[in-house]
Amino acid sequence: MSDDVLLQAARVVKRFPVSSNALFRRSREQVHAVDGVDLEVRRGETLGVVGETGCGKSTLARCLTRLYPLTDGTVVFDGHDISTLSRQALRPYRLQMQMIFQDPYSSLNPRRRVGSIIGDPFAIHRMAGGSTRKRQVQELMELVGLNPEHYNRFPAAFSGGQRQRIGVARALALRPKLIVCDEPVSALDVSIQAQILNLLNDLQRELDLTYLFIAHDLAVVRRVSDRIAVMYLGKVVELADAEELFDRPRHPYTAALLSAATDIDDEGPRERILLRGDVPSPIDPPQGCRFHTRCPKARELCATAEPPLESKAGDASSHQTACHFPVEEGEQLAGGSTAA
Amino acid sequence: MTQAPPTVEAFEARPVEDTRLIEAKGPWRLAWERLRRDRVAIVCFLVIVLIVLVAVCAPLIADLVGHKPNATDQLGGLTPEGLPKGPSWSHPFGTDSLGRDIFIRVVYAARISLLAGVVASTLAIIVGAVVGLFAGYIGGMTDSFLARTMDVILSFPFLLFGIALVSIVGPSLGIVIGVIAFFSWASVGRIVRGQTISIKEKEYIEAARSLGAGDVRIMFVDVFPNLIAPVLVYLTLLIPAAIVFEATLSFLGLGVIPPTPTWGNMLAESLGFYQVAWWYVLFPAAALLITTLAFNLLGDSVRDALDPRGERLFRQ
Repeated sequence: MSDDVLLQAARVVKRFPVSSNALFRRSREQVHAVDGVDLEVRRGETLGVVGETGCGKSTLARCLTRLYPLTDGTVVFDGHDISTLSRQALRPYRLQMQMIFQDPYSSLNPRRRVGSIIGDPFAIHRMAGGSTRKRQVQELMELVGLNPEHYNRFPAAFSGGQRQRIGVARALALRPKLIVCDEPVSALDVSIQAQILNLLNDLQRELDLTYLFIAHDLAVVRRVSDRIAVMYLGKVVELADAEELFDRPRHPYTAALLSAATDIDDEGPRERILLRGDVPSPIDPPQGCRFHTRCPKARELCATAEPPLESKAGDASSHQTACHFPVEEGEQLAGGSTAA
Repeated sequence: MTQAPPTVEAFEARPVEDTRLIEAKGPWRLAWERLRRDRVAIVCFLVIVLIVLVAVCAPLIADLVGHKPNATDQLGGLTPEGLPKGPSWSHPFGTDSLGRDIFIRVVYAARISLLAGVVASTLAIIVGAVVGLFAGYIGGMTDSFLARTMDVILSFPFLLFGIALVSIVGPSLGIVIGVIAFFSWASVGRIVRGQTISIKEKEYIEAARSLGAGDVRIMFVDVFPNLIAPVLVYLTLLIPAAIVFEATLSFLGLGVIPPTPTWGNMLAESLGFYQVAWWYVLFPAAALLITTLAFNLLGDSVRDALDPRGERLFRQ
């Protein structure tokens, strides 16, 4: 593993048993939430992860931070394999990787004051007590653009954007190396989204942070990410530099996803690729390529052999695609229709 | 006339915001303020304080009125026909079939009722909260086992169980409190378990976990503060239920042994005389009614005050 990789995931698998009643019934059905993901997060970059609801983005994030035990695979953080560590053994790593959550209303305990919420990381790791802690908490509040005088307020006194700032301050408290942002702006108004994204951007530069940024909003991901991974049904189907991915998507799913996004800069009508059917159930994912049931380019091979995530032959860039028959530049996808 | 240009002083003269005002009112403060504005709650609270005072000062009151709770007065306390005497200056609530003063017996009975009510409900709340918290938080087999145990207890015919138990070990106040607590904790446990399960799914629990917090810390620092409000409401509603429960057991002769007065056994004794001595039934029953009513209404007010949805309605 090269030195500039902060977090490396290899063949990470997470399955959940379907509604097991602990006493009477043990179900053998499982949701394949994350099914063999290889991913690298490099120091100082922002790696975006996009995909539809239910594709396993959030589960992947929780596997990488070991909030969930892995079903299989390894996660190496900063040179240390953390994939099988116990909760107690993980504690030192918790200092170095933090999470920002999606819902600023549910991620702050309504019965506790902001000061003690942001001070929680210090309390849990028994660092900086008393007035030192208070001072540090107030510095953090200032850092994320909150009034330090509001130290004693309860979360209910803050707006959604301010609450998300509190969440950011809590994540920053221990000066982590990696911050996993699980859809940090999807619950916020558009105007507030920009503020939070700017804040995250400024903090990254000031504090030398690495972000794993999960979102379903393509515009948001494009704006913040250096590289982007596209997920479909528990798998990474395409991974490329942000601009490369938006300019030259190779996986038909990525192409369809991008075509569905609204874009103000768009000139004139453009191709809108309409996918047939629904996302198959992750309890029983399709054989071969997961996307073949809906893919306009699917052939026989796709239903039997699973394509690996790899670079195109003769392409020096880091653009990787898991597809037998990737989209060529300028190609019109069958099943596509032109929307106004 | 020339207008003075705006000066720097104009800005500096603005009063500096008093930072002490920023100290936030917590949810408890807000609930307390709402409760204080609730007249029913204030009246009920005062009634309860009065009953507690009366119970605590029962020996003083006995000295004051000059009657002992168990002193029988065959000559002055009964009519020539041997029947209870009605209310008079010397016996404000009348006398009972043995010529005892009903007023002082009602006063002394308040001690038993409050003791049984408060001790039994506190026991039930503690056991129920701990069991519910663990069951809800740990989940899995532990939860299944504890939840089914609570279901079993709630489906017990508690009166039959009480009768059976007392006939084996004999009646006493300790047994009464034990029986009440045993049959009350399960409903507390159920409520706490449900709350815990719903809180466990909140992102702030996950946030605590991602910070490296242990289970014990999460249970007591993150989950528990959210349980205090429902538990407090339940406590104020459980106390009157326990008082009635104690009265029921005593009424059936399964509770506190006579001659120690309780409202329940006084009512039981009065049954043979209600046609000739209305006061014999009325005063213990009224004491029971007023006490349970005050606790119940206060409980309702506490619930209203703590309910965050009520908060929004109030502010408009």
